[in-house]
Amino acid sequence: MLKILKYSFYDLIRSRWSYVYFLFYLLLGFVLLFLNNDVSKAIITLMNVIIILVPLISTIFGIMYFYNSKEFTELLLAQPIKRSSIFLGQYLGVAGSLTLSLVLGLGIPFVLYGLFKSDAIFDFSLLLVTGAFLTLIFTVLAFNIALSNENKIKGFGYAVLLWLFMAVIYDGLFLMSLIIFKEYPLDAFSLSATMFNPIDLSRTLILLKLDISALLGYTGAVFKKFFGTDQGLFVSMLMLILWTVLPIWRLVYVSKKKDF
Amino acid sequence: MIQIEGLQKKFGKNEVLSGLNLTIEKGGVFAILGPNGSGKTTLIKSILGMVVPDKGSISVMGEPIKKNWKYRKEIDYLPQIANFPGNLKVYELIRMIKDLRQSPSDEERLIELFKLEPFLDKKLSTLSGGTKQKVNIVLAFMFDSPLLILDEPTTGLDPASLIHLKNLIREQRDLKKTVLITSHIMQFVAEISDVIVYLLEGNIYFKGSIGELKTKTGQTDLEHAIAAIATAPTHA
Repeated sequence: MLKILKYSFYDLIRSRWSYVYFLFYLLLGFVLLFLNNDVSKAIITLMNVIIILVPLISTIFGIMYFYNSKEFTELLLAQPIKRSSIFLGQYLGVAGSLTLSLVLGLGIPFVLYGLFKSDAIFDFSLLLVTGAFLTLIFTVLAFNIALSNENKIKGFGYAVLLWLFMAVIYDGLFLMSLIIFKEYPLDAFSLSATMFNPIDLSRTLILLKLDISALLGYTGAVFKKFFGTDQGLFVSMLMLILWTVLPIWRLVYVSKKKDF
Repeated sequence: MIQIEGLQKKFGKNEVLSGLNLTIEKGGVFAILGPNGSGKTTLIKSILGMVVPDKGSISVMGEPIKKNWKYRKEIDYLPQIANFPGNLKVYELIRMIKDLRQSPSDEERLIELFKLEPFLDKKLSTLSGGTKQKVNIVLAFMFDSPLLILDEPTTGLDPASLIHLKNLIREQRDLKKTVLITSHIMQFVAEISDVIVYLLEGNIYFKGSIGELKTKTGQTDLEHAIAAIATAPTHA
């Protein structure tokens, strides 16, 4: 598996798009820092960008890479290599190079600005960790979609829909249900609804770590009580890990049964 | 070398292989023939483990291939359409496959034979179809495996390369290796193959030497014999 990972990774870090992605974050990091002149504020703005952009880029990159490497996959399938190694290797190659672009692209400006001297280092690492998780999650979801759909257009459509649902529609439905059922206690509902969407989960996690939950009113207090504790952080991380591991398991399971 | 029993494969409602039984003995060139859509490529891909059969069993060199991947070390495969990752260079591709297989190889001789030196530095996406096929052949022949599977090896080759290819296949035969070939070019098949395996509607319709096929169909050349076998079944 490590060999496949190596080749996928080299293949990707030589591609133009990885550089574009890296440079984008680099630029974003510098611009935000010099406009805000404050690490904490820059982190909040960055969070809003990352939470939407990372899933979008990971989904599209994942699905494009899977379809474009069809030949590579077929070449590998005839070699003495386990099937699960082929797909896991490719997946980790894509997710790894995307994560590297994110971490380096944002890390460099913040470190240059003096991150290590500021007290926002924990918030910033949390931002990078959730960014990395979102990359892992949405890349593997895209791989799953691509594996189940031979038709590229269909696969691409489903992938974009998935992103749209998670990033926009889910929030809308969530909000609507909160308004409709406002007569009822909704703490448990809103907590679990947040848990079932990795984007919402990441956003809440960061927002509450940044201590601006006072803005969120009563629900904010409930959330703060939950996410602010170590236990809440632990449960959220567990959910993010589940969001990563379950689709990876499906990827391996389906790939074993597929004809090429 | 290869034992196939009751192999069945459906793609949706389309039954491609229906309970196929076949034994490929060790040593010799076996030509797998059949009209378009008769299941040749599916058969080959089942042997390679790229297609998962619905029913039946396949064993290669005495080992069942189900949930196994190590047996592919003994197989060299030349795919039908030479599709390679486009942004790799030719030498990088060769190095990568060598790295993945970790077995001794003699690619220099083959590169020289097919005059591929000027292309080693080029990206695979810039190569012509024929040159890609030559790279494909180098990859398939550079290892010393006891079983070779060639799916339409002649596609896009110029006459000189075709001669080299035939010589390579004969060389393998002299080394007592087993070679499976599919092709639609009967002249090529007649020149190099020892045994003809004829597939029709997902089953083995005929297996035997070219001489036997000609006697059975009453034709004097292979092309007509093959055409006759498909159109006028001679049920004995």
